[in-house]
Amino acid sequence: MEVSRIDINVHQLTRVEGHGNIIVKVSDGKVEEVRWEITESPRFFEVMLQGRRWKDVHVIASRICGICSVSHQLASLEATEAAFGIRPSEQTILLRKLLYVGEVIESHILHLYLLAAPDFLGAGSVFSLLDSPEHKDEVLRGLRLKKLGNDIMEMIGGRAVHPQAATVNGFGRLPSTEDLLYLQGRLRNALPELEAMVQLFKGFELPQFTRETEYIALKHPQEYAWIYGYISSTDTGLATLDQYLEVANEYCVPHSTAKFAKHARESYAVGALARINNNYEQLNPMAKMAADELGLKPLCCNPFMNNIAQVVETVHVVEEGIDLVEQLLRIGIQEEDIVVPVKAGRGIGAVEAPRGLLIHDYTYDENGYIVEANCVIPTNQNHANIQRDLEVLVPRYLDRGENELRLLCEMLVRSYDPCISCSTHMLRLELR
Amino acid sequence: MKPKIAVFDFTCCEGCQLQILNCEQEMPDLVAALDIITFREVMTERSDHYDIAFIDGSCTTESEIARLKEIRQRAKMVIPIGACACLGGVNCFKNLHPMEDVLKAVYGQAAPYYDTIPARPIHAVIPIDFFIPGCPIVKEEFIRVVQEILAGKAPYLPNDPVCAECKMVGNVCVFDKGQTCLGPVTRGGCKATCVTGGAVCWGCRGLIDEPNINAEKEILEKAGLSIKDIVEEFSLFNACQEDVWK
Repeated sequence: MEVSRIDINVHQLTRVEGHGNIIVKVSDGKVEEVRWEITESPRFFEVMLQGRRWKDVHVIASRICGICSVSHQLASLEATEAAFGIRPSEQTILLRKLLYVGEVIESHILHLYLLAAPDFLGAGSVFSLLDSPEHKDEVLRGLRLKKLGNDIMEMIGGRAVHPQAATVNGFGRLPSTEDLLYLQGRLRNALPELEAMVQLFKGFELPQFTRETEYIALKHPQEYAWIYGYISSTDTGLATLDQYLEVANEYCVPHSTAKFAKHARESYAVGALARINNNYEQLNPMAKMAADELGLKPLCCNPFMNNIAQVVETVHVVEEGIDLVEQLLRIGIQEEDIVVPVKAGRGIGAVEAPRGLLIHDYTYDENGYIVEANCVIPTNQNHANIQRDLEVLVPRYLDRGENELRLLCEMLVRSYDPCISCSTHMLRLELR
Repeated sequence: MKPKIAVFDFTCCEGCQLQILNCEQEMPDLVAALDIITFREVMTERSDHYDIAFIDGSCTTESEIARLKEIRQRAKMVIPIGACACLGGVNCFKNLHPMEDVLKAVYGQAAPYYDTIPARPIHAVIPIDFFIPGCPIVKEEFIRVVQEILAGKAPYLPNDPVCAECKMVGNVCVFDKGQTCLGPVTRGGCKATCVTGGAVCWGCRGLIDEPNINAEKEILEKAGLSIKDIVEEFSLFNACQEDVWK
């Protein structure tokens, strides 16, 4: 089909977290404009953190994002602990990892079933899928898995959104042995549900679109990195956390309240696909089988496969959760004294939020008040990559016509699972 | 006829919308009882003909003021949800700094191109019919309010302080542990979840009607905290001062 004129203006893309627009203009068969535009109201979190006392910092940091509040809390706690020279106990680290398992399950399932799946099932939302006899059971399965993630966060963290129990150098409330045994049962019972999830997504037809780019994720020598590690790039290898400003080069873009970022190339990607591209070998056995089944192997440069990478990671973290509960039962939960030696200094915390690399960098004064704060948000790092993907995708699928092209553009952006409301409060103007 | 529901997001973390989606077990019943017609975070379908508008987030730009006025014209009921919408919440920290400094700190020379005004709660911009407080909102409370509206009743909002519920749950008082807490002056209805969860009450549900704020200050002073600490304790979710929008 010869398409001479296309005018796509997706104002406030739906089924993503936050506000962004997609603009595509084609005239006389020539692509004149392709733009990924961020219109979220700026939120200025770094300014809000300034002058805050260490005790309240992770409580405020959590509010950057309702969907990955645990990620922000843990990055924040790690930054504060690094600044004060604190090394948390094994129990604290295991509990944090288990809390994180809950968040990854909840966040990935929210995206896979509620935000992405409607595109593949020809629906506008999960609500209409619930009304459809054909798909209702699949959606209910997704909701059960989502609830598993939330229940883990409630049990370990106190609640699902902005949990309260995690604090600097410990937990304000500890789970009981009964809690852990209950979670063990819940996690094991989820295994057959995961198999059904893999089959559902195996049935979805993803566009065969690839564009080579750089993938950045945390990497840890002993484990699939979630809350500790070095910065790893598929282009340039390992970097230490204090080199993060050289990796995430942020810059302002006209008409975007979020900043964009670049490293070795004109753009890079973070998130589930970036993690699997960097850390595939460390996936748990069932997750590797799921990856095989779904045809996901590194180096995969199809951005739509980020959906599949999330499916594989969901399997991975359920396996990890079972293992973490076993370890916690083995060491036995103990009450611990939470000691926090406050001192002046700078600390960097880095985690893999469900949507990718997240860094908090704080400088404290000697009384434990924040002098300067900087946060690098996953979706900011993806904006430039989304823009470049769209620039290549649009001319390649021009012959599909306006409606199909619009849907493809929307699906591409959704594949990144963008969290735009997080991404609109970047600080750091002078790039060091 | 099922009431037509719209959920709108303003400046926020979208955690309160997520709490609606976290009603996993209740979702089939919610979908059966309500006609959810606009909910951008999870729906492509949308319509401007709604009866009840739930609003997540605070108002922080000129364009958001215009959007709120339009929603007010269309909706029979406007219900802000969460601390950002009800109190201004954490967004109001930026009000403590001059706006041009805030913009410059984040966007540098590009600062003049960005639309931002001091953050304010929804009721500072348009009249509201009810509100569901909390950071985040409590799922069970959201469902109860929906049930009350469906039954044609005026929704109920607790006016006992968090302290009362905290005692019923059997928590050790955080003041006895040498910590401070906004429980004595904060609206209950959360089952003192933060104290139960091992933390303190940060006052996310806002103050009860006619709170004895001074008594709380005395306790804080007795606990040996500075005025700076007290101001901070109160400002975590309640930093918004009325002179910002009046």
